[in-house]
Amino acid sequence: MSENAEDTVVTTPAKSEGATLTKDAAPGETLLKVTGLQKHFPIKKGLLQRQVGAVHAVDGIDFEVRSGETLGVVGESGCGKSTMGRLITRLLEPTAGTVEFEGKDITHLGVAGMRPLRRDVQMIFQDPYSSLNPRHTIGTIVGAPFRLQGVTPEGGIKNEVQRLLSVVGLNPEHYNRYPHEFSGGQRQRIGIARALALKPKLVVADEPVSALDVSIQAQVVNLLDDLQQELGLTYVIIAHDLSVVRHVSDRIAVMYLGKIVELADRESLYRAPMHPYTKALMSAVPIPDPRRKSAKSERILLKGDVPSPISPPSGCRFHTRCWKATEICKTTEPKLVELRPGQQVACHHPENFEDQAPQDTVLLTVAKEAAELVADEVLAESAETSAAVAAEVAENADSEVAESDSGADEEAGQESTDK
Amino acid sequence: MTELSKTGAAVGEPTSASPAPTAFLEVRDLKVHFPTDDGLVKSVDGLSFKLEKGKTLGIVGESGSGKSVTSLGIMGLHTAGQYGKRKAQISGEIWLDGTELLTSNPDDVRKLRGRQMSMIFQDPLSALHPYYTIGQQIVEAYRIHHNVDKKTAKRRAIEMLDRVGIPQPDKRVDSYAHEFSGGMRQRAMIAMSLVNNPELLIADEPTTALDVTVQAQILDLIRDLQKEFGSAVIIITHDLGVVAELADDILVMYGGRCVERGPAEKVFYEPRHPYTWGLLGSMPRLDREQQDRLIPVKGSPPSLINVPSGCAFNPRCPYADVPKDNLTRTVRPELTEVGSQHWAACHMTQEQRERIWTEEIAPKL
Repeated sequence: MSENAEDTVVTTPAKSEGATLTKDAAPGETLLKVTGLQKHFPIKKGLLQRQVGAVHAVDGIDFEVRSGETLGVVGESGCGKSTMGRLITRLLEPTAGTVEFEGKDITHLGVAGMRPLRRDVQMIFQDPYSSLNPRHTIGTIVGAPFRLQGVTPEGGIKNEVQRLLSVVGLNPEHYNRYPHEFSGGQRQRIGIARALALKPKLVVADEPVSALDVSIQAQVVNLLDDLQQELGLTYVIIAHDLSVVRHVSDRIAVMYLGKIVELADRESLYRAPMHPYTKALMSAVPIPDPRRKSAKSERILLKGDVPSPISPPSGCRFHTRCWKATEICKTTEPKLVELRPGQQVACHHPENFEDQAPQDTVLLTVAKEAAELVADEVLAESAETSAAVAAEVAENADSEVAESDSGADEEAGQESTDK
Repeated sequence: MTELSKTGAAVGEPTSASPAPTAFLEVRDLKVHFPTDDGLVKSVDGLSFKLEKGKTLGIVGESGSGKSVTSLGIMGLHTAGQYGKRKAQISGEIWLDGTELLTSNPDDVRKLRGRQMSMIFQDPLSALHPYYTIGQQIVEAYRIHHNVDKKTAKRRAIEMLDRVGIPQPDKRVDSYAHEFSGGMRQRAMIAMSLVNNPELLIADEPTTALDVTVQAQILDLIRDLQKEFGSAVIIITHDLGVVAELADDILVMYGGRCVERGPAEKVFYEPRHPYTWGLLGSMPRLDREQQDRLIPVKGSPPSLINVPSGCAFNPRCPYADVPKDNLTRTVRPELTEVGSQHWAACHMTQEQRERIWTEEIAPKL
């Protein structure tokens, strides 16, 4: 069986390709638009099951997915990224906000109303062991979407299923086998084949590779890549592994406690993360290079755990763990604004950019704790880059006569970051 | 590395007739086989290594390569066979500080376990008892090996919880495992395993279940504690990033055997086994420029019942046909020294491997 799982280059018959392409929105157009999306899970207690609180799993997020792109979503466990995936596939009912797919509002469509859309939006699940019915053969599993939708593909279901199996690099003769006869990587391929059966436009993949071994991970990542190029798919890939997300995504959303804190294209995000949380998250990834073992100073160690989403912190949700937090962070929630083209950040004191609230008083308790956690080098570097950016911005501002005053402000901001 | 370089010369060729162990922990030709209805599962099939105090050995490999079975073997946790005849078959030698563990009386090993050697498991929620408080569990671990009253033991437990960075340890000592978050549970388990100042600490995937930010905290903690206590640490993981952070030496396992072993720098910068190349190539890396494609290892890990003949890696190896006479498929390669303190088990000649690494593999990484 091992040779079937090889990293095969996908070949799809030309006929199916043409069909998918005509259906699709032109690349770059907005396929999915999410506005103010919220999901609160009620906590009920007592005899009367009265609601005593709510888990704010997703708490007001806005983003767009453009046709043909891959949006990566990262964050720690409990940040609401999986809930978000289930909301946009409408497996969960949103508490508030809207989800628009191809310009059509699908937020409150019922089961019947969603059915035609299920063809266009498919999901790949994390655990290839629990997402396949052990009592069904591979043929039944991959053929199920056709039966549910009442579609008979050209050449019959069996032929189509076998074609799909070969597309994802499995042997079509395994049609009659059961899931337990396959390894983890092969099962994940079965899940991918099932998701592709109805030629969807949008595929939401929730941790598609995290249950797999490193060598197999690479096979599946490459497969997803090939399929996107062949079939013009749009992906939303949810993962906690930042290196995998960087590898697969065009744009990346970083989530923290039910909010998007930074949304940017891959290059800008990894080269110059603006939100302190993004920076900390990236610095925490262990680098597979023993020579950098001693370079521990680059690392930002966040203290403690993510606060409870039942009663999230006021203002900026990250202020309890942030080394840059000031009074304003505690009281005012920062909005997700586009500070640089293609890079949206929700922070009062972004990294690699001019400070948004320069003269604010530093929260002493937090700053004291954080000073121990963040090495001086990091602080110095961050102050330096902020200063450089501020100078750059000041220059631009000077050339625009209308905003000539702002230069002074930025210099003040720079001083406060130097602290 | 300095201590190891004096003593490590015999590792490549283990001989059962050499009685005197020179290192703190020495494993010689360890084999752990499990009889099953389908056949004999050779989880570990001839593994040898040495480890000195104060040093860290990283064991890497895919699931099913025998990493965890090795660690349980050292801890002596296999012999308590659950199914009568279905006991694990263990052979070889494990020397810990001058004592051979496999032939010792199980009661003596029990006295060592927890005291001289202890273990951190992957999933803290299933490794901690849900019915007892964290404090009770640490106190129990301490009192088994120390003749002290409960009060002293509890003070010790609080001290350890404080040391591993649990806030308000005097209150948290009375909490249950479910009241802790994932990272705190893992800290509590580390506190429990270190309460007796063990000289050997085995951490089996200690951070796999945790978020990156918490992982960074835990790795930092393990590193600091090792410095403080001077223990020998074995860290088992599939994440090359984690080993690179912690390990002095790296042992790469495949199909129950060691395919490459050497100082961390050598294994990362001059790997001499195609499987190690595969692992390095299949990993997306944050510290490098974006690659277009990953270079995966084709196929899937071998069945440990029917390990491929010859080199276990041959069905997945892109260079299986480089050695002449179909050698890779018929003869099992032995570990040979490829550099100072660096061994690899491959039939290709040293020159061939050096050439392939520098010309074909390294530029693509």
